[in-house]
Amino acid sequence: MSVLTRRDFGKLGGAAALAASLPLAAQAAGPKVLRCVMHSGLRITDPIITTAYIARNHGYMIYDTLFAVDEKLQVQPQMVDHWDVSADKLTYSFTLRPGLKFHDGAPVTSADCIASIQRWGKRDGMGQKLMDFTASLTAVDDKSFKLVLKEPYGLVLSSLGKPSSNVPFIMPARIAATPADQNVPEEIGSGPFRFVKAEFQPGSKVVYEKNTDYIPRGEPASSLAGGKLVKVDRVEWINITDYQTAVNALANNEIDYIEQPPHDLLPILKSTDKVVVKDYNPLGFVGTCRMNFLLKPFDNPKIRQAVLHAISQQDWADAQIGNPDYSTLTGAMFIAKTPFATEVGFPPKPDLALARQLLKDGGYDGTPVVIMQPTDLAIVTALGPVTAQALRNIGMTVDLQAMDWQALVGRRAKQTPVAEGGWNMFHTTWAAADMLNPVANLGVNGRGRTGGWFGWAEDAQIEKLRDDFARETDPAQQKTIAENVQKRAYELVTYIPTGQYTMPYAYRDSVSGILAGPVPVFWNVDKTA
Amino acid sequence: MAIVATIVFLLLRFSAGDPAAVLAGDAATPATIAAIRTRLGLDQPMAVQLVRWFWQLLHGDLGTSIISNQGVAHLIADRMAPTLALSLTTILFAILVAVPLGVVAAWKHGTIVDRAVMTFSVLGFSMPVFVLGYLWILGFAIKLRWLPVQGFSPLSAGIGPFLAHLVLPTLTLSAIYIALIARITRASVLEVLGEDYIRTARAKGVPERAVLMRHALANAAVPIVSVIGIGVALLIGGVVVTESVFNLPGLGRLTVDAVLARDYPVIQGIILVFSGVYVLVNLAVDLAYVLLDPRIRY
Repeated sequence: MSVLTRRDFGKLGGAAALAASLPLAAQAAGPKVLRCVMHSGLRITDPIITTAYIARNHGYMIYDTLFAVDEKLQVQPQMVDHWDVSADKLTYSFTLRPGLKFHDGAPVTSADCIASIQRWGKRDGMGQKLMDFTASLTAVDDKSFKLVLKEPYGLVLSSLGKPSSNVPFIMPARIAATPADQNVPEEIGSGPFRFVKAEFQPGSKVVYEKNTDYIPRGEPASSLAGGKLVKVDRVEWINITDYQTAVNALANNEIDYIEQPPHDLLPILKSTDKVVVKDYNPLGFVGTCRMNFLLKPFDNPKIRQAVLHAISQQDWADAQIGNPDYSTLTGAMFIAKTPFATEVGFPPKPDLALARQLLKDGGYDGTPVVIMQPTDLAIVTALGPVTAQALRNIGMTVDLQAMDWQALVGRRAKQTPVAEGGWNMFHTTWAAADMLNPVANLGVNGRGRTGGWFGWAEDAQIEKLRDDFARETDPAQQKTIAENVQKRAYELVTYIPTGQYTMPYAYRDSVSGILAGPVPVFWNVDKTA
Repeated sequence: MAIVATIVFLLLRFSAGDPAAVLAGDAATPATIAAIRTRLGLDQPMAVQLVRWFWQLLHGDLGTSIISNQGVAHLIADRMAPTLALSLTTILFAILVAVPLGVVAAWKHGTIVDRAVMTFSVLGFSMPVFVLGYLWILGFAIKLRWLPVQGFSPLSAGIGPFLAHLVLPTLTLSAIYIALIARITRASVLEVLGEDYIRTARAKGVPERAVLMRHALANAAVPIVSVIGIGVALLIGGVVVTESVFNLPGLGRLTVDAVLARDYPVIQGIILVFSGVYVLVNLAVDLAYVLLDPRIRY
């Protein structure tokens, strides 16, 4: 019987180390591969049937959009070459850029754009609103189509250039014919990257290759707009569920980029050699506290207002982020430092005496408040206990129920009483880009049980204001209406913002050209050996 | 396995969460969620769903993932290689290390060697897989840079990268397995060493090595093989955590993903596969008894 000596073992270790280093060495001479850890694994490849941000990001890889926002959030033409609007503001005409092709080689036509917009219009809130105002959407020829409105609508371009979920991506008409509640059967777009289906492992790995047929616009890249110039051959999204492992892998040069490293690991990353930590998404994200309007005690506006005056954004930010460099205290429902930002209606600081008085005026009878607390989503986990303590401070009874996020997702859809699986309150987070105006922001939706967002706030006045906003084409008037919407939303307390926060990217210093904007994109990004 | 299948099916239906709500996303209205439930057949009575699933199974169809829309059999096959590789290297490494350790501990019963082996065993049992995993990563990947932190390299990409990516996960996952087998080996061999035939062999002047290997270990093999079989269940549990720590895209990760997304067909399919493997391993262990102990007959 042969026995491994210590020297043999050393040789084996050396061989293994050499072998492990081979792919990296080979990579230096071979194609440029960008290995990225995104915030989640891609499971659903259809960015229209889901609002998941990872599906949206995937959409930007393989699809293109008619319009897109630049880094100043201005809508710019993308697939569209030129467009115009009639003097009565009822007819929009669009002409596509020449040479646009899908990944299967077929040219992009007006019919593809119309089918894609119609499918998106069945799922997305802004899309539905646009379709409500649309009289017809018809092809003029293969490259031109026109949208005729029933009445002037101020959000046509910002709807078609909507930056975040759901984004009106353009697919071949045969794929866009898929029912809007079913995943598309193929991942064929006309975007700057192609989806490599053979290497797709749902929830684990996604591979994209450079689309060599893509014709970028002539303008420089700016966020989601401009020339989408691809500088690497291949992008791999590797889902590392354990962030400590992801950080170790970045330090060890096994990956190039982490989209959303948790705030508590940022000090480690900042002190790691050859790793850069930088924020490219200044709008960031927003936390929200949502109450259920259908059930006691939050069916009573005075009790909802009591909660509004009891909470402290500072406490939420301390628990959730713990670093003022990455958090902003703001009551701006349509996002601080953007065109419709306003603090109107938001209490400047907690007022427990007023909160207790409102609770008394509302006749609070001690009904326990069931707060659903997800324990597996770190960025949301800390919010529940802070809110629970704030409610206890004003004399409310709280039942903080721990569960995983998907249990919460299933339960929040229930409109039944608490005893039958219902709920009173939950917290969630949004990309700030989803909340930039009263139509896009689902939190101010007042459509109630049938058309409202979970919690089902119902209010005819706020719905009328949202419609007024949609009809308005003058930006100054839009801003006034947005202020009125926010004022009304705080009277109703449709939701409470827990504050805005940013999540910087971490990447190897060999990576360059990352674009600032609300969505992580990989055109313009380069990598040196 | 039919019982396992039924229990898994029922537990999933009674647990919190709704795959239709997961699919529908953040902007969904109750009507959208209801439409998805209908399309997926989740609005049907539980008995109807169960019968439908069994009918599929009888036709060799594990179903389709609710979330990714891919065949469950395809998903499982796609993730099989890392789990299989990790399990086999772990079992092999554990046996190669634990059996000699157990034999030596029994042979040197009561000495410092015995105590050292038992201390190692207790440590192996006590140390959580994720703690051990991070320690290995810190030492061998971050500090020494000998081995990769994470990932899997298929055998088709070369034996070197394949083994390099498996060293740390194997060291991590095998700790508890080594502890278990070493303890049982020690106890079994110790018991056999007290038997009359061992005393006779020694009296006849049989070399100690032959006494240990040919007489003691051979006669202690049945409980050791049994515990190796039982340990497969431990292994399956450990695989889930180890695959997360080392980012191996195997069945453990797929299980966690499917559970978190309430992807019923995938969870059911994986548990059926795991229970099938467990049954096969136990069958192999039972058959091994015949080879190890000629007195055993079925």
